[in-house]
Amino acid sequence: MPVDTVAELLQRGGGGHSGNGAPFGSGREGNDNPGTPQRVYVTGMILALGGILMFFMALISAWVVRRGFPNGDWQPIELPRILWLNTLILAASSFTLARSRRCLVAGRDADHRHWWGVTAALGAFFLVGQILAWRQMLATGLFLATNPASSFFYLFTAAHGLHVLGGMAALLVVGLRSTRRLTLETATRVAALYWHFLGGLWLLIFAILVVER
Amino acid sequence: MVSSRLRSRGSASPALLLAIFLCLFVAVTVYVFVAQLYPAPPPISQDAVLVDRQYDLTLYVTGSAFVLAQLGLAYAVLRFRDRGQRASFLRGNIALEVLWTSVTLLAFVGLGILGRNAWAGVRFTPPAPDAVQVEVTTNQFIYTFRYPGADGKFGRLDPSLVNAPAGNPLGIDPNDPAGRDDIVVSDLTVPVDRPVELLLRSQDVIHNFFVRELRLQQDTVPGMIIPVHFTPNRIGQYEIVCTQLCGLGHGTMHSHLNVVSQSDYDGFLKRQALVQ
Amino acid sequence: MSSQSRAADDLTRAPSGGPQGFLRRYVFSTDHKVIGLQYFFLALVAVTVGTILSLLMRFHLVWPAAHLPFVPGGIMTPEQYLALITMHGTIMVFFVLTAAPQSAFGNYLLPLQIGASDMAFPRLNMLSFWLTLLAFVVMMAAFVVPGGAPISGWTAYTPLSGLGEIAGPGEGMGQSLWAFSILIFCVGSLLGSINFIATTIDMRAPGMTLMRLPLTVWAWFVTAILSLLAFAVLFAAGILLVLDRVAGTSFFMPAGLVVNGVLQTNGGGSPLLWQHLFWFFGHPEVYIAILPGMGVVSHILANFSRKPVFGYRAMAFAICAIGFLGFLVWGHHMFVSGMNPYSGLTFSLLTVSIGVPSAVKTFNWLGTLWGGRIQFHSPMLFAIGFVSFFVTGGLSGIFLAQPAVDTTLHATYYVVAHFHIVMGVAAIFGILAATYYWFPKMFGRSMDESLGKIHFWLTFVGVYCIFMPMHFVGIAGGIRRYADSTGVAYLAGFQPLHRFMTIAAFVTAAAQLVFFYNLFWSLRRGAPAAVNPWNATTLEWVAASPPPTDNFGGRFPRVYRGPYEYSVPGAETDFLPQNIPPVSDTTGSTEQRHAG
Repeated sequence: MPVDTVAELLQRGGGGHSGNGAPFGSGREGNDNPGTPQRVYVTGMILALGGILMFFMALISAWVVRRGFPNGDWQPIELPRILWLNTLILAASSFTLARSRRCLVAGRDADHRHWWGVTAALGAFFLVGQILAWRQMLATGLFLATNPASSFFYLFTAAHGLHVLGGMAALLVVGLRSTRRLTLETATRVAALYWHFLGGLWLLIFAILVVER
Repeated sequence: MVSSRLRSRGSASPALLLAIFLCLFVAVTVYVFVAQLYPAPPPISQDAVLVDRQYDLTLYVTGSAFVLAQLGLAYAVLRFRDRGQRASFLRGNIALEVLWTSVTLLAFVGLGILGRNAWAGVRFTPPAPDAVQVEVTTNQFIYTFRYPGADGKFGRLDPSLVNAPAGNPLGIDPNDPAGRDDIVVSDLTVPVDRPVELLLRSQDVIHNFFVRELRLQQDTVPGMIIPVHFTPNRIGQYEIVCTQLCGLGHGTMHSHLNVVSQSDYDGFLKRQALVQ
Repeated sequence: MSSQSRAADDLTRAPSGGPQGFLRRYVFSTDHKVIGLQYFFLALVAVTVGTILSLLMRFHLVWPAAHLPFVPGGIMTPEQYLALITMHGTIMVFFVLTAAPQSAFGNYLLPLQIGASDMAFPRLNMLSFWLTLLAFVVMMAAFVVPGGAPISGWTAYTPLSGLGEIAGPGEGMGQSLWAFSILIFCVGSLLGSINFIATTIDMRAPGMTLMRLPLTVWAWFVTAILSLLAFAVLFAAGILLVLDRVAGTSFFMPAGLVVNGVLQTNGGGSPLLWQHLFWFFGHPEVYIAILPGMGVVSHILANFSRKPVFGYRAMAFAICAIGFLGFLVWGHHMFVSGMNPYSGLTFSLLTVSIGVPSAVKTFNWLGTLWGGRIQFHSPMLFAIGFVSFFVTGGLSGIFLAQPAVDTTLHATYYVVAHFHIVMGVAAIFGILAATYYWFPKMFGRSMDESLGKIHFWLTFVGVYCIFMPMHFVGIAGGIRRYADSTGVAYLAGFQPLHRFMTIAAFVTAAAQLVFFYNLFWSLRRGAPAAVNPWNATTLEWVAASPPPTDNFGGRFPRVYRGPYEYSVPGAETDFLPQNIPPVSDTTGSTEQRHAG
């Protein structure tokens, strides 16, 4: 394909679509989209987070409705204490992630990788902690179908935990592999958006679980 | 220059056909409505009359819009078919947009607001205190009606006591004295010109209670007791049908509403008290 | 050298570094055009299955005792009838009306119309299609498992759909497969929506501002936003339903249920919760089905009236308004559900309000035709048909929007008539119009015009014959989803109308064979099509027919004007393509205007 013509066109067009001036990815090999701006991956992640948020809002509204039934059969459950620790761990992981990104932007690659690894480790601890919380719940005889409150507990934590698992995969992929289409800056930014979102979401879910006691 | 290959030959015929068909279509539709070829049965309560009035009002408004729009479409395709003229370059007309948006808004929202009364009369106002109370229980695929009997109180129900083969389809608690005189039947009999309150409930899945002549329907939802009320003003027998898909017998789930004179109603209660 | 001054017709068809090999090019392709066609052919298979199901339904309504050779047991049972209506509705709503207008045509044309070389995330796009195909296979599997397909309707109200086998035949494995299929479909749709929205926001060609987007792009864009938000909620509802069915939870299942004499052990859930969640998805879903068709109709009406769309800004705004309001009206499906009657009134006012942007669109379509120079090619006929159906179906909705009037019409054949006219006809006409219109671009060949006209007339008259009488059956009290109407005297009186509708249905279905023949014959033997056979203005007509892998052969367009500059006063031709620079911009060399 006439490469110089494409370059010419892109330059004449201001190098970006719709005048935003965002840098283009360099992907020209194979099946790659010749002109995908890095910005679009951030847009895509924000949209995905919108969908995920709607999903959780649907579950939460189901919780609100169920909780508000006048027939009075809602039995609040005792939350496993480890949940407080898990919350701290997840919150901390957002701070370490932000720190890792700052190091990347400042050019301190070794520090970036270090804090990225710490974040992944904290994420793993969070997931292990959630499993421990489940075991504590099971030990007290609260299963998925025991009562509405326990149903929602497992539902919320499982749904969130699965998304965190996906986030762990993203952290590992970004940390260990170099991505072709995304620059490292974009890839870390996208993964960070997802991770911080899950952290915020957990705070919301945890607040709901605590409040309904 | 517009390419000659784009000018359709005989371009009058699609336009003419469209215009003719649309006019015919409008004519037939209007005729069927005006001639009332497939009417709903006459209403048998004052609330039903209000519903019919709102329906008629809606029919006039939407009917006018229907006729104007379809005929407008017919006219436009006929008048502006390609006859070699140049199309007029018209991007829009703000005044016209504001006009038809406002008219539409007024018409539609106006209909919605006017429709409030027919809905409110049935749903927002409670029945008269001396209304005849009947509990309606639906399950796959029958209606069961329960009258409170002489004591005016319904006996307690317990789902674990439901045993239709043993003659207790509703699960009335035998230890509750209020239930001893409850009357359980499979048809709904009510006196004319008296308010009736139905307490709708369901044992298994969502069913529905619908009587066309009352212009009244309501889903029956397990876990809920939903009250509706009406005052029938014409003696007769009317169909009760289930309109909410409830399983393979949905199409066979029917009963009857018998509106009878007060004396016939008293007789019915007396007879049932002996039988139960 | 000035690449801008090259005429669009000079683009070659040489592939621009695309994949080789049959599998990579046509099966596991990340090319949005291939994916769009995959969705299109999936929708064709689905609509064939769905139509056959509906013909069986219509046949049974009129001849219930007839001996059918392929039915196990010979005579159709009520549960088989209910399985037909459930699967017909599910297949048509999801695998035809969501797949074709949005996923098929949107995927094919969105990047072309905004001057991009592909969607933002091509591999995600491929995944979306394969998930949708998997969902279809899982859905079809429900027919062949023990118990057969579910019988709870496409709406799957609980507790009926949550009880399992004791609720009836098909409610065991069949309903579970249905639920899994829907969950998989949701994920495919969500991924697709992300692609559409991100592509529209970030991948537009230079000069393609929002107000220069074709209305098709506006429609696909807003539809994708609806999809993203609505399918997420359906996914949640589906998860809760599956948990109720297999894990013993009671999100939707109340306590004290006695089914067939057996006391159930559920605890205190709410059947209404399912309805709220389902319809929160379900109402936006019907706008997902219709909005792309509206965009296509605006696009085609302008092209074949040789006039700009009347009130372009109002049209774009109306699409957004319909999309937004579409999220606020779900309760109008629940007026008699047991929902708070005051909520009913609120939903009612919001619902009639949606009639306003819808009416604006209709007026503007008439305004587009007005003063035009109308050419009645097949795409235009179907677009005009769409307008007629949308008027009819939209207005009939005003009755249902008012709770008092809805009380008499809910769950009658009136509702079935209403939603079929807007979805099963208008939206289908949008798909057909799009097919006839973009076939030359997609396949480089022309469809036969005469066959197209025959198809249009048979279908246009046919579907009105099927669905207009249905209104009258409903107003008189004919109840929907009844396998057997002979048990009630007044219902039996509708049989002559049912007979008429069934015959019309068979004739109209047969008429679709004309379309299929035309489509498949033209794929191989149609006359070669030009790059821009309709003398249209938008960017997809700049690309070759069919376009190369990267859409524009390396020469990506720049946009200089709006999308519907037809019959501009003072211009040489009666259309100004978006990518041709204005006279004053060209420097020196012979300016190229599109030769008439």
